[in-house]
Amino acid sequence: MEVSAEAKRVMVQALSKLYSSRTQRGGLRLHRSLLLTLVLRSARDIYHSARAACDSEEPLGPPAADPQQCPAEEAMETSGGRAETAVSVQEQPASRRESRDDKENESPAGAERQSRKRRGKTAAEPDFLPSKRARMDPSEERLPTRSGPGGCRGLRGTLASLPVSQAIAAF
Amino acid sequence: MQSVVQTAGAGGGSNDVQWCFSQVKGAIDDDVAEADIISTVEFNHSGELLATGDKGGRVVIFQQEQETKGQPHSRGEYNVYSTFQSHEPEFDYLKSLEIEEKINKIRWLPQKNAAQFLLSTNDKTIKLWKISERDKRPEGYNLKEEDGRYRDPSTVTTLRVPVFRPMDLMVEASPRRVFANAHTYHINSISVNSDYETYLSADDLRINLWHLEITDRSFNIVDIKPANMEELTEVITAAEFHPNQCNTLVYSSSKGTIRLCDMRAAALCDKHSKLFEEPEDPSNRSFFSEIISSISDVKFSHNGRYMMTRDYLSVKIWDLNMENRPVETYQVHEYLRSKLCSLYENDCIFDKFECCWNGNDSVVMTGSYNNFFRMFERGHRRDLTLEASRESSKPRAVLKPRKVCAGGKRKKDEISVDSLDFNKKILHTAWHPQDNIIAVATTNNLYIFQDKMN
Repeated sequence: MEVSAEAKRVMVQALSKLYSSRTQRGGLRLHRSLLLTLVLRSARDIYHSARAACDSEEPLGPPAADPQQCPAEEAMETSGGRAETAVSVQEQPASRRESRDDKENESPAGAERQSRKRRGKTAAEPDFLPSKRARMDPSEERLPTRSGPGGCRGLRGTLASLPVSQAIAAF
Repeated sequence: MQSVVQTAGAGGGSNDVQWCFSQVKGAIDDDVAEADIISTVEFNHSGELLATGDKGGRVVIFQQEQETKGQPHSRGEYNVYSTFQSHEPEFDYLKSLEIEEKINKIRWLPQKNAAQFLLSTNDKTIKLWKISERDKRPEGYNLKEEDGRYRDPSTVTTLRVPVFRPMDLMVEASPRRVFANAHTYHINSISVNSDYETYLSADDLRINLWHLEITDRSFNIVDIKPANMEELTEVITAAEFHPNQCNTLVYSSSKGTIRLCDMRAAALCDKHSKLFEEPEDPSNRSFFSEIISSISDVKFSHNGRYMMTRDYLSVKIWDLNMENRPVETYQVHEYLRSKLCSLYENDCIFDKFECCWNGNDSVVMTGSYNNFFRMFERGHRRDLTLEASRESSKPRAVLKPRKVCAGGKRKKDEISVDSLDFNKKILHTAWHPQDNIIAVATTNNLYIFQDKMN
């Protein structure tokens, strides 16, 4: 249980650092975002396996016993290869962004393959469109900017709704 | 025991050398202005000049005084030679992003004539600066007064030849080249090639090759950007040209690997010639393993046989002929391994420490927290911890070795891990190319230490 609590804390902090880095001067740092995403993924995996081990030991209680925990658990357990598959309502703004980001990824991809050749001229490629999300959606404003002992409660719903790989894809 | 001979060029053994305070530059104020935070330190090839860059985009160059017969016990002091604004903050309107003016790296070009040249870079643009001296000026113009005002041509009745007269020394810095618009991601390294004609610049995903004379184009020689950014697993963290093989370069990654590339093999050096990687110790695995294995700096030895890498907790020395493990590993601050969670919370785990070699590659140096810096003497396997502080800043005062108590009973003069100040970090250090003179940057001060000369 301690492991899953620590994993959750690490995830919460990674999320908060990722969000606060959006407003950093100089723009998002790819290296830092990548490291945070990797930490987030490994903490998530550890959290999953700790919960799975925990659940296999205890008998499953009624789902409505802990209403706060339910959406998070459902969200966690439905995640497949990508962290962003979740049933919570918060998923919608994220999935809208996801589809937009997919387009952002798809269109340069073809151009990218060609542009990997040696360039004779200075490269100035439009890798990504400017972010249209100048501020967070109201549904995401639940996310505290600081993590603390009580910080994880508000974040449970968004833990799975944040598309982990999209943090990098947003570049 | 091998005795150390203090001749020019000898790096000396760190235990035989006694390090003394020489100078400190910068404000004494505890309230640090963000613009004054030092972001890079570099000696030129002769060691006569020492350049620093800061977060405010300024470059300050110090020049060593000629050694005077009056002071045989110390080498010349470094005094301000030139200060100029290298980069200004910019705004990328297309991406709605501010571009910081912080100087990420400075690299000197070898001196070819009376002027000095250096490359300085921020996140996006590299500039070539010429620093030249002017100690005489022409006087006696026919058409101009001495103050520059033009004379009425009708009052000119005689002709004279203007002559050069001495004036107070003026040091001028002028931007000779601007190498812009070649990097989508943030530039982390620049490195001048041993051909003295080309240089490389590296960002998170690409390395570009430039000619010093040509600013409107560069060649992309390494590109690790995946077709789908969601598949990104590593970024480039540092890159450097080999000191004497102009076809060889190395770049380090956030995964703790180093790739050596040969530019003769192909135009695009995506396929490495050598891959240096040490398998991870499974007993050390934690949430933060990926973060602490990220390499923050890579430096070739002066002789070109070795390279040194710095990750969060250690310094490793690699033989270029052996890829599967480093030949030497030095623990910088192993006592922090049990504190990684707190260091992650306060963001210190993302700090990027640099490292450097001494002139004859016998000693390596890197920074740590609490304004401590560490030296590792390779041959004798000795290490030394020193502190850059105002308290030990009396002229020619010998620095006392410091020790951190990792656990158990703290001895007298030892410092416990919990009382280390993690806001006081030494990320940038430089070693004079020939002598035992080192420049150590704390947050906003530059300390210069030298060995005790008897």
